[in-house]
Amino acid sequence: MSKRVGLIVNPIAGMGGRVGLKGTDGVDAVERARALGAVPASSDRASVTVGLLAGRSGDELTILTPPGAMGEQVCRSLGLDPVVIGPQTIDVTGAEDTRIAARAIIDAGVDLLLFAGGDGTARDLYEAVGTGPPVLGIPTGVKMHSSVYATNPRAAGDLAVRFLSSDYQLCRESEVMDIDEKAFREGRVSARLYGYLNVPYHRSLVQGLKTGSGFGGAGELTGIAADITERMTGGALWILGPGTTTRAIAERLGEKKTLLGVDLYSRGEAVSLDASEQDLLRHLDGQPARIVVTPIGGQGYLFGRGNQQLSPRVIRRVGKENIVVVATTWKLTGLDGEPLLVDSGDADLDRELAGYLRVVTGYHQESVQRVS
Amino acid sequence: MTRLRNFHAAQWDEPLILDKGSPGERGYMPPAVEPAISEAIGNPLSLIPDEMRREVPPRLPEMAQPSVLRHYLRLSQMTMGCHITPDASLGTCTMKYSPQGNEHLVRMPEMSDLHPLQDDETTQGILEIIYKFEEMLCEISGMDAFTFQPAGGSPAIFANACIIRAYHRDRGEGDQRDEIISTAFSHPIDCAAPAVAGYRVITLMPGPNGFPELDALKAAVSERTAGLMMTNPEDTGIFNPQVEEFTRIVHEAGGLCAYDQANANGILGVTRACDNGFDLCQFNLHKTFSVPHGSTGGSCGAGGCTDELAKYLPSPMVAFDGERYFWDYARPHSIGKIRSFHGNVQAVLRSYAWVLAHGAEGLRAVAETAVLNNNYLQSLLAQIPGVDIKYETQGHRLQEVRYSWQPLLEETGIGTEDVKRRMVDFGLQGYFTSHHPVLVPEPFTLEPSETWSKADLDEYGAVFNHIDGEARSDPETVRNAPHSASVRRIHEDAVDEPDQWAMTWRGWKRKYGEKATNVRTAAN
Repeated sequence: MSKRVGLIVNPIAGMGGRVGLKGTDGVDAVERARALGAVPASSDRASVTVGLLAGRSGDELTILTPPGAMGEQVCRSLGLDPVVIGPQTIDVTGAEDTRIAARAIIDAGVDLLLFAGGDGTARDLYEAVGTGPPVLGIPTGVKMHSSVYATNPRAAGDLAVRFLSSDYQLCRESEVMDIDEKAFREGRVSARLYGYLNVPYHRSLVQGLKTGSGFGGAGELTGIAADITERMTGGALWILGPGTTTRAIAERLGEKKTLLGVDLYSRGEAVSLDASEQDLLRHLDGQPARIVVTPIGGQGYLFGRGNQQLSPRVIRRVGKENIVVVATTWKLTGLDGEPLLVDSGDADLDRELAGYLRVVTGYHQESVQRVS
Repeated sequence: MTRLRNFHAAQWDEPLILDKGSPGERGYMPPAVEPAISEAIGNPLSLIPDEMRREVPPRLPEMAQPSVLRHYLRLSQMTMGCHITPDASLGTCTMKYSPQGNEHLVRMPEMSDLHPLQDDETTQGILEIIYKFEEMLCEISGMDAFTFQPAGGSPAIFANACIIRAYHRDRGEGDQRDEIISTAFSHPIDCAAPAVAGYRVITLMPGPNGFPELDALKAAVSERTAGLMMTNPEDTGIFNPQVEEFTRIVHEAGGLCAYDQANANGILGVTRACDNGFDLCQFNLHKTFSVPHGSTGGSCGAGGCTDELAKYLPSPMVAFDGERYFWDYARPHSIGKIRSFHGNVQAVLRSYAWVLAHGAEGLRAVAETAVLNNNYLQSLLAQIPGVDIKYETQGHRLQEVRYSWQPLLEETGIGTEDVKRRMVDFGLQGYFTSHHPVLVPEPFTLEPSETWSKADLDEYGAVFNHIDGEARSDPETVRNAPHSASVRRIHEDAVDEPDQWAMTWRGWKRKYGEKATNVRTAAN
């Protein structure tokens, strides 16, 4: 049973971190990192994953990878003979090379695409291949706000082996997040949700509902959507934040939902899609409303990451008691006991939101979570 | 040093019984109907009412008696249970020795020939035993009444949810109080049962010590709270020391508190449901009280409550008028039937005999030995580098521990499912991992009840220590396990996929058709 795996290494990912540069997006930053004495560590980390994968797959594994530092070198150093594909010459590796390589590998056909990098690389992958083919991140970057990575390079290899050898290759749509590096270097955090990659997960690592219809995400999402739509019959305005969990609610209504945007519904019908803060404030004028948000997977942020339209003014207008948080049990347990987070941009509001709140985890099911 | 067992399970390559036999093969030929009988009643088959008679005979395998006997003996040789291997593996299940003398009791004709529709006058013996065993459980728990009708822990917990519902309804608060609070490390049935009873369920997640923080509970209670349904000690083996505060807060909010006592083996004779402020509880006779469970017999969830709630218990209850015992059906407030007839009364007989054999001091000794065994096993596991024990505890764990192979997974790529498959190569039963939600990564849960000896537990320690070493020196052996079991390897991925299941032979044929036979041949 031969398997084809794509590999893309962003060789400069992670370089900025140890020299305090907060990311290497942009050629200037790479040069500054080099000048500060940064050495590429991404390839070493990627070779841990690839070595483990190759060792456990034997002759059955074919690796497709771009030339040189973008993957070929890693393979050769492990004694592997990859199919070299994608951009032919690379001087200073940039985002465009990643995108070209990703498209070429997916067009050639692979069972899984591995990439070594951080949030910038994840964004490039998402732009190139979208939410479709299975993609798994080997964490080597500085910024790791996305939830598309295995916990470490070794775990990436292990997950890849399990995924490739399983009869049921299951994936989850996982968030691709990134912050504005320029702002970050100036000390401001401004994270955006860019989209979703289809990331493998293994059954034994999956947590299902404590009770209810299924162990997988789909069953849980259906339950959450049923719970929320049951309450959406009144006259209140319902503001659904971004995400696949909130999308399930709109799908149950039979209405459109922007995956990355904030959308408004009234009496079960969409009234405004991809609303800005100003749109929201205008609709909220004198109207009772509810906000439905879901925490970012692996991070736990409720506000201030990927949903800045839900500004402090909007949140205050709607009222703390009218915030409805939804999340699968799988997502909550993935936080490993850490609290949910708010970073609304208004420290007073953040303090008011701290404490305990209920999270809808299924049909008529809730879980009490700490917020800080 | 403990020797690892050189073990190989029986392998019979035995087909399913429905694939065996041949047309015309007979196990038993009933004699022809005697002429005198025919004259009296005609064709005996005509006595079966038309609507009950099959139009097509069932497709049963046609087999000779020795073939049938051989088939089931072979299957029995390929099983691994707690009568053939020490079973500290199935944490949360309280696997303990069930005295064989009690099996003799339930097979006596005085018991096995009883029928639930017999007149009370002819069943005074078993009614007296049920009545007296109820008194024993009241003593053990501090509750005031018990039912033995539920045929398992889940039905008993469902009955408790129904009693909570009936209580609030009678007080006119049934619509307002629509929420039940539970905890993430309670058994999932403490969420599922109230959900089936129509409640919205609020789960408290564990705090840093493994049990929920009081502030989380305070944030959850309201005028909508109908009750609290929780386990203690929880699945981690950690006893929530704030349980009296928990029940007080819920009572102050107007709710009732139901204690899931499936994990009672470490607290018998030590602490009681009533002392912790609970209004309802349940014991699993098939766990704590030594009734065999699994394939060996009907189980029983004994449901207890306070005087105030006793009128809601399922009907009928055994009553005593000073002279005779009888089934009391005149109970207008009862939630009704949870199970047909009287449940599994043979479970009550076994438990009654078991409690009498131990006495009050013996029951406390059961709990103390179970806790000692668990802490000894924990001391062995704590020395294994790949094992982690999540949550700091101020004192000892009670009857079980939920361990984690997370360090081993990170260091070697070998996880809990791999170890579980490998341990059976040494003659130990594969362990229980975790209920949902999985809060301890790469989990496994061991519960060495009072039954198992120090030598048994040393064997567990040695086997896990060996596998931990193998994971580092020879991971492929672990990854490809089992090597010495009756079955080499099954595809467990299908376990969580309802569209892959077939619960019956007919379902299997319907889902897979003729492919079914091919799949099995390939597996062999």
